Amino acid sequence: MPKPRSQEIHWRRRLSNGLALGSITVGALIVTVPLFLILGTVVIRGLPALNWAFITQMPKPVGETGGGMANAIVGSLEILAVASVIGVPLGIGTGIYLAEYGRNKWGNLVRFTADVLNGVPSIVMGITAWALVVVTQGHFSLLAGAVALGIMMIPVISRTTEEVLLLVPQPIREAAWGLGIPHWRTIVSVIVPTASSGILTSIMLAFARIAGEAAPLMFTALGNVYWNTNLNQPTAALPLLIYEYAKQPYEQLHQQAWAGALVLITLIMLTVITFRWLSGRGAIKGAN
Amino acid sequence: MYTVPKSRLGRNSAEEPPTASLPSQPEQPGTLSLIPKGKLRTKDSFFADATFRVIVTLSAAALVAIVGLIFYELVSQSHLSISKFGFKFLVRTIWDPVDEDFSALPFIYGTLVSSLVAIVIAVPLSLATALFLTEICPRRLRAVLSLLVELLAAIPSVIYGLWGIFVLAPFLRRYVEPFLANSLGWTGFFGGPKYGFGMLAAGIILAIMILPIISSITREVVRAVPRQQREAALALGATKWEMLRMAVLRNARAGIMGAIILGLGRAFGETMAVTMVIGNRPEIAKSLFAPGYTLASVVANEFTEAFGRVHLSALMEAALILFAITLVVNALAMLLVWSITRGMPSRSIA
Repeated sequence: MPKPRSQEIHWRRRLSNGLALGSITVGALIVTVPLFLILGTVVIRGLPALNWAFITQMPKPVGETGGGMANAIVGSLEILAVASVIGVPLGIGTGIYLAEYGRNKWGNLVRFTADVLNGVPSIVMGITAWALVVVTQGHFSLLAGAVALGIMMIPVISRTTEEVLLLVPQPIREAAWGLGIPHWRTIVSVIVPTASSGILTSIMLAFARIAGEAAPLMFTALGNVYWNTNLNQPTAALPLLIYEYAKQPYEQLHQQAWAGALVLITLIMLTVITFRWLSGRGAIKGAN
Repeated sequence: MYTVPKSRLGRNSAEEPPTASLPSQPEQPGTLSLIPKGKLRTKDSFFADATFRVIVTLSAAALVAIVGLIFYELVSQSHLSISKFGFKFLVRTIWDPVDEDFSALPFIYGTLVSSLVAIVIAVPLSLATALFLTEICPRRLRAVLSLLVELLAAIPSVIYGLWGIFVLAPFLRRYVEPFLANSLGWTGFFGGPKYGFGMLAAGIILAIMILPIISSITREVVRAVPRQQREAALALGATKWEMLRMAVLRNARAGIMGAIILGLGRAFGETMAVTMVIGNRPEIAKSLFAPGYTLASVVANEFTEAFGRVHLSALMEAALILFAITLVVNALAMLLVWSITRGMPSRSIA
């Protein structure tokens, strides 16, 4: 039976519906274009310059072929490791505070401050670390860079940790209390281990966020043409070296910069995809 | 000891579904008031509890202290510049390290304009992405597409800059800028020499960089709109778009505004990519093709080679202005987003 005319949707409404939904779909697809363009360029330009020497050798002076970014790769890993030592405990501690003791106005203050800290531009973080560490020490250092990056990790880790701790089912807590286990022990031995994979993903999220940062390192770790394993000395870092090389007028250095970009992006993408894989399995053990 | 009759226990647990396992409403920890304190908690565990609480509270306090410290350092380090130039720092256009005469207007202008260009480009695209992912996208495609958008957020700023220098800027110079000059040159926004590097390039790069954050927060806000609102609109005979417009977007508008402002805050503070493509010249020009300079880039470029204490202090003040702007913008955005998603499980904005 055909519908009476009055119940049909007017053609103008149908047209605007189609146009709107169509442009929403097209818009969403356009967003993926830059990703493929950028990743594609990094791979196409970076791959030819990427070889074993690039990962194992030091930078060579302009004009000499070959050489690599070994010291910058190692330097980046050093800075990231020290930054994690600073950022992870503070982030997890704050997360536990927010989830377990922070259901009040102080908790809201901390939550708000964490979101504010998350929005502080990375260059401002670099300047602060300069004023706090470099000025005090009297020279640029690995430590100063790690302080800047470590601080940037805290808000990401603490807010995500809070989220996963709150996901731990209440009966699990009650079971622990029922056994007469004190509250702190419940948190340390029951709640945190239950949420451990969620907390781990929060650490990796923070890691991915800071791994590519160059701005906070410019006046803290500064860069270095040699190896450095000393906490108190300037250190080379991959993002910094990419920036330096991109500014130079030499084609050979540009190639090296693209190869460095490929290494950096691979490191970060691996972290993000591992994070997705882990979080796909559920932040809480046994929840999915 | 409490002895609960077995039958009662059984009946209770059968009648009441375990509501406590709902993740969104955790009960207050420490509501275990049934057990007399003195009996089960030994003195040791009481002290251990207190110590643990103090430790985690201290780490939370450290977070607050750090933000205070950032503010204190910026103010104290820029003291020299503040006392020397005063309010004039914000309204003049001179930046002369040799004569030690500084003011920040060109940088403030560059920061605002490049970010506004970014917002104009990014907002429609990220709203489309958010709506597509939450309302239209088939389930299978959703995971892939949201992963792609997330990966966009994971690309480091310096790689955006590298791509901007070697791919985007030449492309703009060769194809986009001549086209814009021919078609829209009469507006005055698209005129003058075509370098490729400039406000337009910076705006486009920034737009790509803030797309993921705007769309992910918009998604969250849109998801917070109650299902009944949508069903009500559909039941009244609305088409899908009318439903989205009237039930979803209208209800979520404060949160979407928050997402946009948060993206704006990100754009203000972005350093490396912008420094690499904006051209770094402290000028105020009407044309978007013209090179500019931002607060973040001037700090990045000049800080390590500052001439003297006044120069250093002026750069510090530039950073302080940047910090203040992002602080206000972020606080505003957060309040807007919280007003929509309150009552939902908290989510970090990453």
